[in-house]
Amino acid sequence: MIYRESGDFSTTYQQDSQTFPIRFDRYRYYVLLVLAFAVVPFIINDYWVNAVFLPFLIYSIAAIGLNILTGYCGQVSLGTGAFMAVGAYACYKLMTAFPDINIFFHIIISGGITAGVCVLFGLPSLRIKGFYLAVATLAAQFFLVWMFNKVSWFYNYSASGQINAPERTVFGVPVTGAQTEPWAAYLFCLVFTVACAIIARNMTRGMQGRQWMAIRDMDIAAEIIGVNPLKAKLSAFAVSGFFVGLAGALFFAVYLGAVEVGEVFGITKSFLVLFMIIIGGLGSIFGCFAGAAFLVLLPVLLKNVLVGGLGWPTDLAAHLEFMIVGALIVVFLILEPHGLAQLWRVAKEKLRLWPFPH
Amino acid sequence: MKQKLLTAIAATMMAASPALADLVIVDTSYRTGPYAANGIPFSDGYQDYFTLLNERDGGIGGEAVRVVECETGYNTEKGVECYEATKGEGALVYQPLSTGITYQLIPKATADGIPLHTMGYGRTSAKNGEVFKYVFNYPANYWDGASLAITHLVEQNGGSLDGKKVALVYHNSAYGKEPIRTLEVLAEKHGYELMLLPVDHPGQEQKSQWLQVRQQRPDYVLMWGWGVMNQVAVQEAVNIRFPMENFIGIWWSGSENDVKPAGDGANGYKALTFHNVGSDYPIYADLAKYVVDAGKAAGAGDQVGSVLYNRGMYAAMLAAEAIKTAQEMHGVSDITSQQMRDGMENLEITEAKMAGLGLPNFGPEFKVSCQNHGGNGFGAVKQWDASAGEWSLITEYYQSDQDVITPLVKEDSAAFAAENNIEAGC
Repeated sequence: MIYRESGDFSTTYQQDSQTFPIRFDRYRYYVLLVLAFAVVPFIINDYWVNAVFLPFLIYSIAAIGLNILTGYCGQVSLGTGAFMAVGAYACYKLMTAFPDINIFFHIIISGGITAGVCVLFGLPSLRIKGFYLAVATLAAQFFLVWMFNKVSWFYNYSASGQINAPERTVFGVPVTGAQTEPWAAYLFCLVFTVACAIIARNMTRGMQGRQWMAIRDMDIAAEIIGVNPLKAKLSAFAVSGFFVGLAGALFFAVYLGAVEVGEVFGITKSFLVLFMIIIGGLGSIFGCFAGAAFLVLLPVLLKNVLVGGLGWPTDLAAHLEFMIVGALIVVFLILEPHGLAQLWRVAKEKLRLWPFPH
Repeated sequence: MKQKLLTAIAATMMAASPALADLVIVDTSYRTGPYAANGIPFSDGYQDYFTLLNERDGGIGGEAVRVVECETGYNTEKGVECYEATKGEGALVYQPLSTGITYQLIPKATADGIPLHTMGYGRTSAKNGEVFKYVFNYPANYWDGASLAITHLVEQNGGSLDGKKVALVYHNSAYGKEPIRTLEVLAEKHGYELMLLPVDHPGQEQKSQWLQVRQQRPDYVLMWGWGVMNQVAVQEAVNIRFPMENFIGIWWSGSENDVKPAGDGANGYKALTFHNVGSDYPIYADLAKYVVDAGKAAGAGDQVGSVLYNRGMYAAMLAAEAIKTAQEMHGVSDITSQQMRDGMENLEITEAKMAGLGLPNFGPEFKVSCQNHGGNGFGAVKQWDASAGEWSLITEYYQSDQDVITPLVKEDSAAFAAENNIEAGC
């Protein structure tokens, strides 16, 4: 009744091919953007930004990156954590080597550097596929983490092997370091997240995305119809690496401020981001957000309800949290193997017909 | 959408809980994960001491203590979440019990004006209070530990370690890397050769490291381990028949949990400590009467008297004494975190004070000052007796090599001050 397409007529090609062809969808999207940019910054506090919004926004970018590689191009990667580490360490080296350049550019350049590293580790994908490629990227995961621990140049020879983000400002407002206001950190990440989502969305529905999807669905057939597998696969690795690197740089510089590579960017991070896109939905930009929200917000919510609300012991709550999140993952995968994005798609189909399904 | 709704409900539930005016102590514990075996006893001791003060004395200076527990799982992201979630409740001091989380919190807590007490861990150069105004690491730090271990070895070898080989088996993180610089400087001074063997988190897999020990035959092995890594290392050392009396752990690698799984083989294993062992102190009668028998013990209540329980209790005792000092200084009982900082900076622990608290001869005497946030670096060596199943001190408390450590602290804290534009001074 409310959500329908009747009366929505496209009279130009542009109207017909826009991201949200249904008017209601479009307005919802605009309202969300206005809320995110103009309302949330005024009501946000330290807790909400550090426990909820920053991890959600940053993991969303990482999930978009991995989704391009795995969901759109079909190349399974278990190296996301290490590629985030590349972004983080690149950002640290840039921040300390060129303190006068704006942090905004440092983060983008870090993404670029990660893209390069990602392409390097993507080269084997031209010869090996599936599980074997997963193992090759797993090697990247362990090699890069080992390297960042071993070579002290990466952490400027500090005694502890930690990297610490010095204070950097954008338009005179600090966005990294301890003096950062919650709204500044939030807005800084939000700008990156929204830009990444728009770029990724448009890339994946254009020619590039179609090439990736052709490779994903059947690489030999794709090659026969004229898709260059070398270009398609490596471009997927590059674009994916760029987004993952951005996420890693933001994760280090804005969110945590101090990073220890083995703990923060270990194999568990790779799995976490992989679970995000599997639960959210492979091959869907909305799915990246849904998956990130599910795996970031649910544990925080459960903890607040069980410990803060019900007053249960913290260890019991922590164990229950694992069990509940794990059980929900299994339930979702059984009931809807295509993830939350598919659930959302089905809901929309139903809503279009509601209340007269016949 | 559903999640947002639920989050909103949770938020209102959180907001609805009343804010009480007491002394709030946050216990960022870890009772889950690979480090839980060590996190549980520490947290139990920390909480039980405050429960004892509440039950027996009605709090500190007439003000009840409220302990807020938050599970970190030794994970920095969760640690940050805990810090942000609890700092609004008026937390007086944080004891993160994790070097990784400490590094996260140093800038945050300094900006928020909440002191950190990183007792025997964290960033060593925080000893320099002129730079790290809100961070305290008394009574001893990692560099003290490294020096204490080497001093012990020098004494055993009649004053020289020339031609000896010392291996360091360490947790490959900020925690484990801390002593390397000191050990390198000490190697130049005493003439031993240092061999580094990193172990990756969580440390269950150490076969290759101990194979290297077997091949290269170091005379001594030092260990900077935590959690499950300790147990595995002790077991591996037993497996390759490494002489246990030549194996020395830092104070975080010396609890019952670490040696018991290896059985009799662990007999003779040494570890450092900055407080006494056992439960032969008057305070344990009070603990039994007011806390354990009353059913108010934290956790399962089965850790009383273990090494890490004692350490947690010692940490709580130091926090409580700092609160008392702050209350006396400022003449108010309901102190703020700023006043707590002043209390910590003027804390003095004397033998008379410890005896009065029911902990005679429990730890070294020390006095905190604005320049020195790290105590005097006194510690002792203890040894495990597997048949009796207990630790015993085998040396007196002795001081670390301050000639080596003081310049290192100066250098590292100056680097931190320059990086973060901090003006040093009292």
